[in-house]
Amino acid sequence: MIAEFGHYALVLALALALIQSTVPVIGAQLRDPALMNVARSTALAQLLFVAISFGALVMLHVLSDFSVANVYENSHSLKPLIYKITGVWGNHEGSMLLWVSILALFGGLVAAFGNNLPLSLRANALAVQGWVSTAFYLFILLTSNPFVRLAVPPIEGRDLNPILQDPGLAVHPPMLYLGYVGFSISFSFAIAALIEGRIDAAWARWVRPWTLMAWVFLTLGIAMGSYWAYYELGWGGWWFWDPVENASLMPWLAGTALLHSAVVMEKRNALKVWTVLLAILTFSLSLLGTFLVRSGVLTSVHAFATDPTRGVFILLILCIFIGGSLSLYAWRASSLKQGGLFAPISREGALVLNNLLLSTACATVFIGTLYPLGLEVLTGERISVGAPFFNLTFAPLFVPLLLALPFGPLMAWKRGDLLGAAQRLYAAGIAALIAIAVLWAWTRGGSTLAPLAIGLAVFVIAGALTDLAERMMLFRVPLSIALRRAFGLPRASWGTVFAHAGVGVALIGIVCESTWNTELITTLKPGDVARVAGYELKLDSINQRQGPNFGEMLAHFTVSEGGRTIGAMAPSKRSFTTRAMSTTEAALLSRGASQLYISLGDTAASGAIAVRIYHKPMVLLIWFGPVLMAFGGLLSLSDRRLRVGAPKPARAAHLQPAE
Amino acid sequence: MRRIAAILLTCMVGFGPIPVHAVQPDEIMADPAKEARARDLSRELRCMVCQNQSIDDSEAPLARDLRLLVRERISAGDSDRQVIDFLVARYGEYVLLKPRVERQTLLLWLLTPLALGGGALGLWWQHRRREQLAERDGEVKLSLTPEEEARLEKLLAAQASDKPR
Repeated sequence: MIAEFGHYALVLALALALIQSTVPVIGAQLRDPALMNVARSTALAQLLFVAISFGALVMLHVLSDFSVANVYENSHSLKPLIYKITGVWGNHEGSMLLWVSILALFGGLVAAFGNNLPLSLRANALAVQGWVSTAFYLFILLTSNPFVRLAVPPIEGRDLNPILQDPGLAVHPPMLYLGYVGFSISFSFAIAALIEGRIDAAWARWVRPWTLMAWVFLTLGIAMGSYWAYYELGWGGWWFWDPVENASLMPWLAGTALLHSAVVMEKRNALKVWTVLLAILTFSLSLLGTFLVRSGVLTSVHAFATDPTRGVFILLILCIFIGGSLSLYAWRASSLKQGGLFAPISREGALVLNNLLLSTACATVFIGTLYPLGLEVLTGERISVGAPFFNLTFAPLFVPLLLALPFGPLMAWKRGDLLGAAQRLYAAGIAALIAIAVLWAWTRGGSTLAPLAIGLAVFVIAGALTDLAERMMLFRVPLSIALRRAFGLPRASWGTVFAHAGVGVALIGIVCESTWNTELITTLKPGDVARVAGYELKLDSINQRQGPNFGEMLAHFTVSEGGRTIGAMAPSKRSFTTRAMSTTEAALLSRGASQLYISLGDTAASGAIAVRIYHKPMVLLIWFGPVLMAFGGLLSLSDRRLRVGAPKPARAAHLQPAE
Repeated sequence: MRRIAAILLTCMVGFGPIPVHAVQPDEIMADPAKEARARDLSRELRCMVCQNQSIDDSEAPLARDLRLLVRERISAGDSDRQVIDFLVARYGEYVLLKPRVERQTLLLWLLTPLALGGGALGLWWQHRRREQLAERDGEVKLSLTPEEEARLEKLLAAQASDKPR
């Protein structure tokens, strides 16, 4: 019954989406408020029905109803409850249902909290939202229905892929989808603006919080996924330039560019045409990511060719939305009036440079991901584009980006003073030079690039702090007044400081991890001691343990430094009988921001076990940086300017710094 | 993350990772310098049965064979270039994670500089055009008549005397 209920709710949601796609647009054309308001009620009702449908699938998984194909293929009665729930989106059908649920959630949020929007803009935007959801409901119902029953219900399920049986699955896909799908809002607003042919600074003010929210989730989702891969896959890598990763990186790069160009549009009414294009491209890249991951085209072009229903369907959605929106853009963009002029050396100019470099980076990821597919389809020739290509092409783009980053916020709008900004960055530059000199002396004969890269990171962090100090007028007014000014700063300014510093922090982590990583691959018997980076790791014992749906071999290590015991580590190997697969569970021991990492290999007949031990200096900063960035985004999101719909004069005007 | 998402994919297709480790203790060469070379080369070579994994990372048996082959060539005295050429001759361009610059990969390599250069050129061109437009408009709108200039001076002077700072 539950399955049929869920299925039916999804069909009803489709019907509502169809109404939402048409009626409000007609209403907006006829200027009929009643018809336009249909958008609001259908968006909320759609959210309700999708939630019912999603809840039904969760229920089926929790109850282990193996008469449903999706549950049979991805669940097992012995699986712990949390993985029964997270397993809902650990498969194709379920993850698509999560996708549309989040889409409906965002539509519902716009409907519920968009009261300050002009009626016609809200109606049109929700209608566009309706088009997207219609397409994806059709996709699910026609090609990937999670509620299909099996004629002969089996007694036991086939279990979820063991690698996915991890708390990471509870957080990573929902976060990532909140980011991916969140960009649909800026897309819908952009299309609505093109339909209306009217776009202004107020539009940017409405769009920014939604973009920012999506960006925060996407940042956290990518960072979370990277950490998950790091500890789950057993060789300590955290970024692989894999097509699936690239699929999430592209919308992130475009979304970051969009955030920055929307600032220019909001403050200076400039870059309108470009911002609208970016809003369209960002969501298009999210759709492309969905296509790449969901169609099977990445596994191989041939896998795609043998069972193309799903792939062709998503490709069709992709073509209609990207093609349609870009055509509309080409047709209407010329009618959008260009706003404020600015000199090349100005805050706007800095943000344009940011956009140029981020878009180029995005284009690089795009071509690197799709080129092998295209070449194979066109000529049959197979090439690989992997990490060495991206590392080589990304560095020349990110070095100028990071060098320019501290200058941006110190520049005035319209016409900036490069020399003045440089003078204010003296301290940051000196800090960077000191960092380079110290590191050079310390690691003499080692890598020459690493100290330079860390110097760059220090420059970015110190530059962000300089921006803060400038706004507080630190050292120029008495400290108490400076602190008062700091509290009076708009939260968006604090957000900028945190987000920009986060970039530098992440860079330090990346450089340290990839340069001074120590690795030891060896075999150990109980009683043996391995020495890595000044730590002694003694293998005490190896024993077996039985988990709920797996058997586990644990190796117990005692870690000591200079004769003093500092902790215990217990890496393990789990074997899952149902799928006849095994996973390695690495053991991690954090020392400050650095980590010791052990993962187990095979056992030899002699009782010795192969181990890989790593010491990864400052590795945690790689993920702490994005967390700082996301925190900056959240701070900025809580800025009253964005919470309050219409611009109002700030009450505490005397505390506001002159921009 | 990609592996996890990739597994979302591969588990549908029906093969899972094989429980063997990447670089194993018995593969490591006695000479640390040669081993370091082998590791660097391994990172540039693709495990052809995996999804975008280098043979250094991969757990597949084929990757192990390739790692051993690389080490064999290195101990035979091959230069890095010779090892790469040997593998390409045997397995084709597909084995390289960083494709060589050739006719069919030209666009791949050139897109980044072209996008950057094209973008910068476009921006410069647009800026110049808008500046010219503004200049033309400015000549008409922005020049004040002598009377206006005088009035402006007076207003500024009055304001300055109102608020002595």
